[in-house]
Formats: sequence, C-alpha cells, structure tokens
Amino acid sequence: MKAIYRNVLGGAEGAVGLLVLAALILVVLPLTLDLFRLNLVGKYLTYAFVAVGLVLCWGYGGILSLGQGVFFGLGGYCMAMFLKLEASDYESTKMQSTPGIPDFMDWNQLTALPWFWEPFHSFAFTLAAILVIPTALAFVIAVAMFKRRVGDVYFAIVTQAIALILSVLIIGQQGLTGGVNGITDLKTLHGWDIRTDSAKYILYYINGALLIGCILFARFLLSSKLGKLLIAMRDKEERVRFSGYDVANFKVFVFCVAAAFSAIGGAMFTLQVGFMSPSFVGIVPSIEMVIFAAVGGRMSLIGAVYGSLLVNYAKTLFSETFPELWLYCMGALFIAVVMAFPNGLAGLYDSHLKPRLARRKARRSAEIPPPSPETAVAAVPVAVAAREADTQPLSADATPRPAH
Amino acid sequence: MEWFSEFGAIMAMQGFNGLSVFCVLLLMALGLAIIFGQMGVINMAHGEFLTIGAYTTYVFSSLTTEYFPAFTPYYFFFAIAGAFAIAFAVGYVVEWAMIRHLYKRPLDTLLATWGLSLAMQQLFRSIFGAKEVSATLPDWLMGSWQPAESIDIPINGLFVMAITALLTAGLALLLYRSQWGLRVRATTQNRMMSGAVGINTRKVDRITFALGCGIAGIAGAAFTTIGSTGPTSGSLYIVDTFLTVVFGGASSLLGTISSAFLIAQTQATSEFFLTGSMAKVLTLSAVVVILMMRPQGLFALKVRR
Repeated sequence: MKAIYRNVLGGAEGAVGLLVLAALILVVLPLTLDLFRLNLVGKYLTYAFVAVGLVLCWGYGGILSLGQGVFFGLGGYCMAMFLKLEASDYESTKMQSTPGIPDFMDWNQLTALPWFWEPFHSFAFTLAAILVIPTALAFVIAVAMFKRRVGDVYFAIVTQAIALILSVLIIGQQGLTGGVNGITDLKTLHGWDIRTDSAKYILYYINGALLIGCILFARFLLSSKLGKLLIAMRDKEERVRFSGYDVANFKVFVFCVAAAFSAIGGAMFTLQVGFMSPSFVGIVPSIEMVIFAAVGGRMSLIGAVYGSLLVNYAKTLFSETFPELWLYCMGALFIAVVMAFPNGLAGLYDSHLKPRLARRKARRSAEIPPPSPETAVAAVPVAVAAREADTQPLSADATPRPAH
Repeated sequence: MEWFSEFGAIMAMQGFNGLSVFCVLLLMALGLAIIFGQMGVINMAHGEFLTIGAYTTYVFSSLTTEYFPAFTPYYFFFAIAGAFAIAFAVGYVVEWAMIRHLYKRPLDTLLATWGLSLAMQQLFRSIFGAKEVSATLPDWLMGSWQPAESIDIPINGLFVMAITALLTAGLALLLYRSQWGLRVRATTQNRMMSGAVGINTRKVDRITFALGCGIAGIAGAAFTTIGSTGPTSGSLYIVDTFLTVVFGGASSLLGTISSAFLIAQTQATSEFFLTGSMAKVLTLSAVVVILMMRPQGLFALKVRR
C-alpha cells in the first residue's frame, strides 16, 4: 500500500498535485462553466492525452516525435468509422443511390463498403483497433528507426513526414475517408445519442477519468526502473548501452505508450466533438501538440495537462477577438518556451513558487508546533504541483537550460 | 510511328516537368544543405526565407513598373541581388538573436524556428495581405521554346534551371575551392580542433547560416517566375526539402543534388499514372521507407562531432 502511494501518487506532494488537478477537472470546471465551454474544455483535455504521452517520450526519453497527430488521428478515425457506420444504417440512408453506406461514399460514387470498413461494425473490434492500430504503427516506426540508432533529429523529421503522408492520403482518398471534410454527422453510440446534454456531461467525465488514469499509469512507469533508465538514456545514451541495456527496446516501448495515449485522446475527441477530420492529423496540429507539453513543462505529467488547457484557452480567446494576433503569440510562445523557460510552467513553479511555499511552511511550523494538514493543502495555490520536475537529470549539460 | 512520336513528346514534357520539380526542390534544399548538413541546425523557418526573397522580387517589380517602366527588362537581376541581400541580413540577425544560443539543443532549435516561421508568416500576411501576389515578368521570360513539333518548353522553366545550375556550381566552388569553404568543412568535421587551429568557429557559423538563408532568398526570387507568392508559399515545401537533404545524406552536396533529382523524377513520373496526391504519398513513403533501411542517406560522409 505504501509502495503504491509512493510510486503511483508520488508521495504527499504528488498526491496533492494530482488531487488538485482532479478537483479542477471533475468538480470546479463542470460547476463553473456552461455546457458549451465545458465541451471545449473536454476537447482541450483530449489534447492533454497527447501532451502526457509527449512528456513520457520527449521529456524523459528525449525522443521528439512531430507526428503525434498521426496516432491521435488514427484513434479518432477508428472511433469515427464505427459511429459513422451506425449513423448510416439502411433506414436513414435510403435516399442514397446505394443505401447503407456512409453518405460521403455515396457522393463519391462508391457502391459497396470498402473491405477495411467492414470490421468497424463491431464495437469490440473498434475499441481494440483504437489501441492496437496506432500502437502497431508506432512500433513499426520505432523499431525501424531505433534499432538502427537513428538520431533524434532524423526521427523528428521522419515522423513529421509521416504526419504529412497520412494527412495527404486521407485528403486524397475522399471516397474512402471523407476527404478534407473528415467523417461528420456522427449521431449515436449503440443507440445512445451522443449529442444530448447528458451525454456530453457523461463523456466529459469519462474523458477526465481516462486522462487521470493515463497520468497514474505514466507515473507508475516513471517511478519504476524504466523511468530512471529513460533519463539516463536521454542524457548519455552510450553509457546506458555499455552498461548492458538494449536502449532501442526502451525507446520503442515508451514511444508506443505515447502513441496509445494519443489514440485514446483521439477517440475521446471524436466522441465529444462529434467529427474527425484530417486537420487534426497533419504537420501543424502535431507540432502544436508538442508546444502544449513544452508550455506545461516537458518533465511534468500534470504540467502537460495545464499546458494543453492554457494554450488552447488562449487560442480560442485570441481567435475569437484578435485572430491576426494569434499566430504572433503562438510564434512567440514557441520561441519563449525554448529560450526563456525550457521547463515550462512546472519549471517556473519549482524555481519560484516552491521555495517560497517551503519558507512559508517552515515559518508556520515554527510558530504553531504541530503543522495542520489543511494549511499545507491550502498553501498549494494554482496547483502546478509536479513531483516529476523534482527528478534531477543525471548529467547537467543535457538538461534544457535558459540561454545566457 | 505517329503514336511513337506523340509518346516521345509526352515523355519529354513529363521529363521536363520532373526537371522543374527538381529545380524547385534543389533550390530550396541547397540553402538547407548548408544550414542543416554542415551546421546541424534544423531551420524550420527556411521556407519563410524563400518567401522573403519572393516578396523582395515582387516589391522590386512593382517599384519598377511604377516608376521606371523602361527598366523592366533588366530589373530581375537586381531583384535577385536584393533578395539575397535581405534574406542574408535577416538570417544574420536570426543567428545572432536565436540560433547561437541553441547549438547544443537541436530539437529545441526546431521548435524555436517553427515559432519564428509562424510569426514571419503572419508578418507577411499583415504587410502584403493574405492574397497571393505575382511579380510582373519581363517579356523575355514569357513564351516558350519549341525544339520540335508538339514539344513546348516554357522559357521561365529554362531560366529557373539556369539559375539552379549557376547557384549549385557557385556553391560547390565556394564550399570546396575557397578559404571560407575550407573553414566551414573543417568546423563540420571537428569543431574543437578547428577552434584550436585558429578558425573563428562562431563567425563561420554566423556567415554559414546567413549564406544558407541568402540562397533561400535567391530561390524565392527564382520561384516568382514560375508561380505566385503567398504568405505560406515557402512552408508548403519545408518537409519535402528536409527529406531531400536527409535522403541525400546530410553534409554531402552531391547527395542533395541526386536525392532531389530522384525524388522529383519519381514524383513527376508517378503523377503521370496516379493523382497528384497519391503520387506525393507514394514518393514520400518510398523516401521514408528507404530512410528507415538506410538512415545515413544516399551519400554519407564520416563525420566526428
């Protein structure tokens, strides 16, 4: 029990950070926001899955993937295909020249359902496909690249190219994939209308619970020996290899986990937003997902969630009021997060807020001999509490540092 | 025999098409081959330096037609020089302000330059508008050349080819036959040692980066003869260009040229049989698969970093 508390929750501090995040997602936001805004937050939180995955593979493993949109998109498309097939049953599509197939296929003069759509009639298959297809693709890419000891830079470029290939492919094969519009008009999941208000609330909570589950799983991974090895590999890969570890296998594993997280996010995106399109697959969304993780702090799982929320909130805010300023802000954000605060919000919390809190706590405990647990909890303010950021890198020169 | 000559004409035109794509790729890849190949810096804003060159040409052309219409046939050469100078200057400043702080962190350079490219695109949009613009071409660039009946080769395509050839030759001379090239190659191969023998590696870095950007500017000027310019024109090609450089084997000029040629011809040939998007998918997938099997690229140079 104690081991679980220490490893999964990360001791007192990690547990508080997670608790505050859970309270924010599951209690505070649903109570304070109207359904439209809450649905937007739900959409942002699906990106947080990708960002949490990126913390694992980029922050800890040092593998920068610029193709996470591929896995997000694949997960989303798997779910969308199932929902689309359910929405295009014989009754509701009898106006078409070929009833019983999705509307965009009919518009593109297809007369039969393509073979790879067939299995998506089954919900069990769909759920399996959401996890298996992106992970399998990630496995193939990672094995091919890491077994040959391809450098991080090349990996980034190749994953970016894969994101481009997939988005061009989806747009080009309009009859099979819905083209640039994507798969739209999704209505029900096993007869349960996902467009109603109650469904939106339920999906939001499922999404939040899954996200927290993913964070717990990631913490469990990082607190095991794997986490230490990942940091060691990122900082001095050769030394780990010379110590007898097969570096490539660890990289493949962590990349697959990140891909699976992204796919879950993609599937939840489809369910909450009600469509899936290639604009969430290509180069631009993939690299934007990296900035969510970077803003939150590339070494902080919880920070990644705040990063996704903040950047997307800012994006919505700016594109509603000053659309032309948004790209400047985004550009400045990329540059600033790299040059001025490479550890993101979590890094700022660690270097500025945490010492102050510690001092305050020390003063209080000096005044009142038994420190009450309530004050300790209340003293953690906006809760960028991130136990992960404590983990000291093994060698100093590989850590991201602000420029001098 | 009739069908044969027609087939030959189609093949010739298709081959020329491939050559145009080749020139576009190579022009973009040349600057990147220096910046990424020699220095190892991932400059995601490379496409925007190309756009700088294209817009410079557009400004030159509008100024000329506005104030010195008689000068129109000759302005293009000054526009090329202007495009180089402005892109070089911007590159110099960017290196000084941003890149030099990030040499040890290539992945972070990638993110920072991506941010730079976003901001630059928006800047172009604010200055020149979201609509695509095109420079007024001098008369001698219009029209086409007919070496045989039913073969039509546009003059501007030939002009771009000539620029590409000149630029490539000039760059090869500069890299392999000049003092500066010697210093650049020395710095690539062993930075510490080069510093020890008295090469100012920081200065070499800055000039190299700026030169790569300047070449992108010239490429942009050349682009205006075959297409119009919009705020995002440059970024459309950035992934293809990176693949070209990586596929050729970074730090090898010959590799870059041959990989640009291979990619362009594959693309143009498969476009003849498939739709444009499928041709692109096929070409890029082939490149990615080959890179997975041979990550060092076509022509690899043994380098100690």
